[in-house]
Amino acid sequence: MKPLEIRALSRNFGGVRAIADVSLALDSGERRAIIGTNGAGKTTLFNVVNGQIPPSSGEIFLFGENVTRMPLHRRATLGLARTFQITSLFRNLAVIDNMIIAVQALTTAHFVFWRRLAHYREVLGRAEALLEKWRLTEFRHEIVRNLSYGTQRQLEIVMALAGNPKLLLLDEPMAGLSAAETHLATDIILNLDRGITVLLIEHDLAAAFKIADRITAMDQGRIVAEGTPEEIRQEASLQKIYARGGVRHE
Amino acid sequence: MADNRWGLWSAIAFVLIAAAIGGMIPPYDTGLLTQMLIYGIFAMSLDVLHGYTGMPSLGHAAYFGLAAYVAAICSLKLGWGFEAAGAAGIAASALAAALFHLLALRTAHSYYLMITLAFSQVLWSLAVSWTDVTGGDNGLPGVLRPQIGSWSFGSTIAYFYFALAVFVVSAAMLYVFVTSPFGYALRGIRDNEMRMRALGYHVWAYKYLASIVSAAFAGVAGELYMYLNNFVSPSALSVTVSAQVLMMILVGAAGTLFGPVLGAGVFVILQYVLSTYTDRWLFVIGVIYVLLALYAPQGALIYLRDRLKARQRRSAG
Amino acid sequence: MNFWIINTLNGLSLAMILFLLAAGLTLIFGLMHIINMAHGSFYLLGGYIAISAIRLTGDFGTGALLAVLAIAVTGVIVQRLFLARLYKQEMPQALLTLGLLFIVADVAFFTWGGDPLLVPEPRLLQGGVRFLGVIYPLYRLFLIGWGLATAFFLWAFLERTKIGAIVRAGMDDEEMVRGLGINMPLVFTAIFALGAALAAIGGVLGGPLLGMFPGADFEVALLAFVVVTVGGLGSIRGAFLGSLLVGLVDNFGNVWFPQLSLFTIFVPMVIVLALRPTGLMGRV
Repeated sequence: MKPLEIRALSRNFGGVRAIADVSLALDSGERRAIIGTNGAGKTTLFNVVNGQIPPSSGEIFLFGENVTRMPLHRRATLGLARTFQITSLFRNLAVIDNMIIAVQALTTAHFVFWRRLAHYREVLGRAEALLEKWRLTEFRHEIVRNLSYGTQRQLEIVMALAGNPKLLLLDEPMAGLSAAETHLATDIILNLDRGITVLLIEHDLAAAFKIADRITAMDQGRIVAEGTPEEIRQEASLQKIYARGGVRHE
Repeated sequence: MADNRWGLWSAIAFVLIAAAIGGMIPPYDTGLLTQMLIYGIFAMSLDVLHGYTGMPSLGHAAYFGLAAYVAAICSLKLGWGFEAAGAAGIAASALAAALFHLLALRTAHSYYLMITLAFSQVLWSLAVSWTDVTGGDNGLPGVLRPQIGSWSFGSTIAYFYFALAVFVVSAAMLYVFVTSPFGYALRGIRDNEMRMRALGYHVWAYKYLASIVSAAFAGVAGELYMYLNNFVSPSALSVTVSAQVLMMILVGAAGTLFGPVLGAGVFVILQYVLSTYTDRWLFVIGVIYVLLALYAPQGALIYLRDRLKARQRRSAG
Repeated sequence: MNFWIINTLNGLSLAMILFLLAAGLTLIFGLMHIINMAHGSFYLLGGYIAISAIRLTGDFGTGALLAVLAIAVTGVIVQRLFLARLYKQEMPQALLTLGLLFIVADVAFFTWGGDPLLVPEPRLLQGGVRFLGVIYPLYRLFLIGWGLATAFFLWAFLERTKIGAIVRAGMDDEEMVRGLGINMPLVFTAIFALGAALAAIGGVLGGPLLGMFPGADFEVALLAFVVVTVGGLGSIRGAFLGSLLVGLVDNFGNVWFPQLSLFTIFVPMVIVLALRPTGLMGRV
């Protein structure tokens, strides 16, 4: 059973085809990177898979279940989590509160309004443990909007991990990070449990080649190449795309 | 996650002091104190929507007035006892919110503001024009204060203690509500709805329940107010009341329970003091609104806290 | 038959007054995302100032022009002095205009008193016209014509002029327009003043029909809010359609179910929003 399978997926905006006839399948535990220039349709693909926008045509399967018309909050209950390219946190809440909200989402506690959260030791404990594990404990009482950008990006990933996802979509986790921070973020992703399947969009090709088992290249809404990092390096057609698109090649 | 023992003790102290003061001061002032408690419940109920969930409502008087009308009609026209009439009023407000939000939750931010305003105006115009039932502009006078068994809360002082008891119960219930897992989810929705969905929250259900809870407590306040005055009129449903309760939150601090209660207290005092010196009450409200919008849209207390922090930072650095 | 003609025309004339308010409301929202709670105040002040100015000058045209100019200037001041400082802060902007609504209501009450005042009809437009077997007030026909003309000119302004193109582009993507080196703050001020002036025209021209009194600001503004909610925020065409719908429904509602007044408007609003949450012409 594939964690994610996409069949002939398309999405139009007005007359523009943001993604066209994209098919893709991930193996369990696979790390897959999607590369491509700006406007290649990578983020749109994420938004459709995640359920934020409906596809114009095609089908999506999560762990064998057809989720094409499933609302996004229910996709999360199947084990799908994602991060956002533009940091998407609870800016006016403390780091620990961000984690609590992320942790309790998929527990039985999440709709309880007749009992204080303080009674849910397991939720609090797991939130603290995650902060500890990803070295964010020192910031636990900081309000998120006051954190450095790098720390916010880190929290962005850790929050996606809070619900024990089986499939993780990472939308440009390194965007805007310094070299040292990129290194740290790469480490976080490399150290993820192998039980988690990871699909990531990455502009930083060096990082993408380091993390991914396989790479899918997109251009103008279509998949133009797919293979191991070695195979992709050899692919002549990609050189042209990158020459045209002018993407950073670090 | 602050497990706040200080908060609990100061709340208990607040209640005890209020209870003592209420028994010692002249009846008129006890009446003012009762008003503060009632508006306190009302402002807390709106803050569940406005401050915690980020749903800016300009029609909260709808639930305040509706419960008051329904309770008054049930006891005056149907001869129901206090318990039944009171429950009917609160149920009516909750039900109205449940029906109205089937529609209102299809709309986003600015639309929500306008549609809540429109909704409250519809109830207001019904109260004005459906004279057979509502008494029109004259309203419904002559509702007696509660009588539970052999306990009568008819006197000013007895009614004050009645309101205080309802206030304590309401505040405790709302406190559990906003500190529950559900309450945390509401704050998450306020800050970032999309992320909440991606995390697996069914955002609509949270907003829906929050709006019903908020309406029910607004109804509690509305009924208390109606019994205080033995009277309800269309003005209980007016936009001025909606605007005033919003102002109470902003005079305090949005996203807290303490702030709106403090704001309600300040509001009642301000209204009392100003009404003895001037009849330009609307003008004063307007100016306060302009100042709050420019300098303290999250609440005057939050503005003061930020100023204090900035000063500390300056003197430290 | 006469019943239908007269009430349809009555509904249309109300619709045109509403359109004058709703057009400004929707433009201001579409471009600046401001819910202008004080829009009714521009209407009320426009009407009151016209009454005083007409009394002073003895001429409807001069008085009306003075009133509209005064409100346009007021609009510039409000936008520059207050709203520009709250750029992109939706809730504070709504609160601020709510405050202005109260302030203006109070000032108007102390200046013009609590009794309803009518703006005098211009002498040229007094009397009735006979057609299709009914006699109908000339002034109301003029009002309908004025509303239609305003709708046409607004449409032409937005679709056919360079400034209109900038406004439309600004509604879609303000950053992009700023990037082109266009002075958006100036465009904001101009559109806000235009909206205020339109509301004032609504007050001046609606004044002979509806009168000016404490609470008129809110009463009319509320209908205009319903119009833009039904029509779709940010769309002139939506404002026009919404005005027709609300004007006609309100008029026939008042004739058939006088006890239910506002409630009859709420029903079509519920239906429209249930089917299209962003209104008839709203953008998604």
